[in-house]
Amino acid sequence: MNGILLALIALVGADVHLGDGEVIRDAKILIDGEKITAVGRQVTLPKGTTVIDVGGKVITAGLIDPATTLGLVEISGVAASNDADAGGDPIRAAQRAVDSYNPQSVVIPIQRAHGVTTVLTAHRGGLIGGQAAVYNLEGSEPIVAPAGLTASMGGRGGGARGRSVVKLREVLDDARQYSRRKGDYERNRARSFAASRLDLEALLPVLDGSIPLFLSVNRRSDIRTALGLAREFGIRLVIVGGAEAWQEAAALAAAKVPVILDPVANQPAHFDALHTRGDAAVRLTKAGVTVALSTFSAHSVRKLRQWAGNAVRAGLSHSDALAAVTRNPAQILGLANRGEIAVGQIADLVIWSGDPFELSTRVEALYIKGRTVSLKHRQQALFERYRSVPIRR
Amino acid sequence: MDLIIRALFAALLVGCGAAAPTQPTLEKVPVPLDPAVAVEPATFLAPIEPGRPTLIVNATLLTAGEETPRIEHGWIRLRDGLIASMGPSPAPKAETGERVVDGQGKFVTPGLIDTHSHLGVYARPGVWAHSDGNEMTNPITAGVRAEEAFWPQDPGIQRAVEGGVTTIQVLPGSGNLMGGRGVVLKLHPRRSTRAMRFPGAKDALKMACGENPKRVYGKHRKSMPMSRMGNIYLMRDKWIAARRYQNEWDEWRKNPKKKEGDKIISVKPPKRVLVLETLSKVLAGEILVHIHCYRADEMLLQLKLADEFGFSVRSFHHAVEAYKIRDVLAEKGVSVSTWADWWGFKIEAHDAIEQNLALIDEAGARAILHTDSAEGIQRMNQEAAKAFYAGVHAGVPVTESQALRWITANPAWALGVDGQVGTLEVGKMADVVLWNRHPFSVYAEAEKVFIDGRLRHDTGASQKAPWSDFEVAQ
Repeated sequence: MNGILLALIALVGADVHLGDGEVIRDAKILIDGEKITAVGRQVTLPKGTTVIDVGGKVITAGLIDPATTLGLVEISGVAASNDADAGGDPIRAAQRAVDSYNPQSVVIPIQRAHGVTTVLTAHRGGLIGGQAAVYNLEGSEPIVAPAGLTASMGGRGGGARGRSVVKLREVLDDARQYSRRKGDYERNRARSFAASRLDLEALLPVLDGSIPLFLSVNRRSDIRTALGLAREFGIRLVIVGGAEAWQEAAALAAAKVPVILDPVANQPAHFDALHTRGDAAVRLTKAGVTVALSTFSAHSVRKLRQWAGNAVRAGLSHSDALAAVTRNPAQILGLANRGEIAVGQIADLVIWSGDPFELSTRVEALYIKGRTVSLKHRQQALFERYRSVPIRR
Repeated sequence: MDLIIRALFAALLVGCGAAAPTQPTLEKVPVPLDPAVAVEPATFLAPIEPGRPTLIVNATLLTAGEETPRIEHGWIRLRDGLIASMGPSPAPKAETGERVVDGQGKFVTPGLIDTHSHLGVYARPGVWAHSDGNEMTNPITAGVRAEEAFWPQDPGIQRAVEGGVTTIQVLPGSGNLMGGRGVVLKLHPRRSTRAMRFPGAKDALKMACGENPKRVYGKHRKSMPMSRMGNIYLMRDKWIAARRYQNEWDEWRKNPKKKEGDKIISVKPPKRVLVLETLSKVLAGEILVHIHCYRADEMLLQLKLADEFGFSVRSFHHAVEAYKIRDVLAEKGVSVSTWADWWGFKIEAHDAIEQNLALIDEAGARAILHTDSAEGIQRMNQEAAKAFYAGVHAGVPVTESQALRWITANPAWALGVDGQVGTLEVGKMADVVLWNRHPFSVYAEAEKVFIDGRLRHDTGASQKAPWSDFEVAQ
C-alpha cells in the first residue's frame, strides 16, 4: 500500500499526542485523503475504511525542523554538490532555495526515517542569505515558498558588526524607497540603490510583513539591535540560533518574536555565544516565547528527536518539547494545518514504537499528506548489502 | 611515556608525602646516558588528593565486564582512589567518615573514555588563538605533542566530566599525515597538562589518510601530498627513515664505546631527530598508533604499511566504512573508533551506516564510540545507545552490556589503560559514574562523577564553580 492513496484510513489503538499537551490513549485517527477528519476515542468509522491496527504505538504529528539546508547539500565537502552557500555578494535576497532544492537527494530519506516530515531549507552565508522554502520530505513541490528571508548579524562574518548593521539598514531602507518609487526606478529617475532590483523585490514581502525575516543572531546586544530594526521597519522577526536570547526573554515575548535554537548548545563556543545556556529553551518557554528546536544541518536533521529529548533532560516538559518540534515550528513557518493532530490538519503523522524522544524508539511508519512513505534509504541498503562479509558479487 | 618521566613522577609524589594511590610507585631509576630518552622534568606536579571514602548502595552496577556485566541491588566502595570492593546486596555497613550514596533506582558505570578528543587543543571559545591542534606547516610532524598545546582551562573539560567522561585521549588534528603525539588525560581540574596525564599511559601517534592531507597540501598549497599516492609515498618514506634511525640507535646502544688503537673511546651517539624518535618508538611498541581513516580500502592500505614495517595499528578513527572490512579488523585485532551517525561532510564519509558499531562488535572486533567533538563528548552514553539500538532494530545480535563497553572497556584497551580503568573491578581506579536512570536513556544524567575517587561532578551540589578561569565572572 506504499504510496497508494486510500480514500479512508483509520489508525486505531495508539496513544496519540495531539501536540497541545493532550494525549489520548487508545485513540482512533481517521484520515480522508490528505487530511485528518476525526480523532478521539469514540470515532465512528465509515464503511469501507481501511483499519490499521497500531495498538501500543505512539503517534505524533510529523516533526518539523525550521532551519535546515536539506536538499541544498549532498556532500558538504564536494563543492559541486553543495549549494548551501554561494559566497560572493553579501546581499543575496533574490537567491531562492527552490532553485537549489534537490528532491532526489539521498540525504532526505535518511532524515525522514527518524520522523521528520517537514523542513524549512535555506541558503547559508551572506548578510542576506536568500529566500527560504518549506518542504515535506516527500515530493518535489514546496509547501511554502518563499517562506521567509534569511539574514545574519553578529561578529562572525568578518568585518565590524556595526558596518553590517549599516548595510542591512541601508538595504532595507532602499527596498522601502524602491517599493514607493518603482515607476521612477523603471524610468531611471531614482538614485542608485544598495542592492539589485531582484534583491530589492525579494525584500518587499519582508517589509510588508507577509513573510518573516529569519535572522541568525546570537549575542544579546545584537538581538537588541535586531529588535530595534524590526520595530523600525515593521518586520516580522524570527531569531535563529539565539545563543543569548534567553537574556532578552521578556523583550522577545513582548514583541512576539519566536526563537529557533539548538537545545544542546551549552558552551561559550564563540564570542557571540559566551552566555549560552543548556536550559535556554526552558527559560524562553517560561517567559512566553515561542521556541522551536533545530539541528541547523542537512545530514543530521534526523537527530531532531534526540535533541528534543535533550531539551527535556535540560528541564523542558515533554509536551513543551514536542510542541517545540511540531506545533511551534509550524506556527513560525506559517503552516496553519500542520504541527498538530486535529480535525482539518494535514495527515503528516509518525507512528513510533514508544516515546518519540527515547533512543530505543524506532519509527514504524510515516504518513505524509495521508500516504505512507517508505522508510528505506541508502544507508539501509548499504547495511543490507554488507550484512555478511565479504559480500558476494 | 618514558620510564624516566614516570620514575620522576612517582619520586616527586613520594617527596610530597601524600598518598597517591593512582600513581604507579616505580623505583627511581638512574638516568641513562641515552639522549634519545632525555629527561623530561615533571615540574609543577601536585598529587591528586584521595577523595573521601565513598560507599554507593542499592544501585544497579553496569560493570562493562564480560563475566558479570550487571549486578542488581549492588554496592561499590571507593577508597584511596581505587575501587576497594563491590558486590550484590547486602551492602556492608558504612564505616566512620564514609560518604554513603543511596543509588536506589540508579545505575553505576565505569567513567566514560573518549579515544578521540580535541578538547584543549581546539578550546572554547573557538578562535584562531585557540586553534592549536594542527601544525599544518609540513605533512609529517610526528614530533609535536598535543600535550604541549592542550589548554587546561578549556571550558569544555568540565562539561565533558558532567557527561560522565573521566579519561580522554587528546589528539592532534588530521591535516597532516603524521600529525604528532596524542596524550591520555584524566579530567581533573589542574593547572598544567602534565599533571593531568594518565599515569603510565603511552602516547599515541596520530596519523591521517585520505582527503584531509591532500587537500591541505596538494589543493591549497600545490605541494606534496596532492594525491593518495603522495600520502602513502610520504608515509612509507618516513617509516623507512624511522627503521634506519632505530637501527642506528640500537647499534650505538650496543656499542657506545670503541677501541681506537690502545684506547677505548666513547662513540658519538646519533643525532636526535624528533619526528623519527616518535616513529621509532612506534616501531618499538612504546607509542600506540591511531589512524584517522574513513574508507575501507585505505584502512587496508594502512594495515599493509604496518605489516611492511612491523608495527600494529591500535585503532582506526572515524572509520565509517569499517563494517565493510570488519572480518579483517577482527582478525588483525584492530579496534575501531567511530561515531553513531555523523556523516556526509565529505565523500569519504558518504557510506556511513547506523549499524557500523554493531556490525564491528558482532564480527568480534573491538568497537569504540568516539566523539571528536566538544558537544558529542557530553552525550557519549546517548551516542552509544543510538548505535546499539540501530543494531538491535536491524537484527544484529548485540547486547546492551557489549554496547556499554563501546564507551568504557574498549576505549580503555585502545589507550592501553584497560588494566587500570574501563570496567568496575576491584583494584581498578575509582573512575565511576552514578546515573539517575539507565545511561542508554536520552533523559539520563550523570548525577555524580568520581575520578580517582574524587567527586568531580555532583548535580546535588548547591553552587557549581566553573573550572575554567575563562568562565569566571564572564
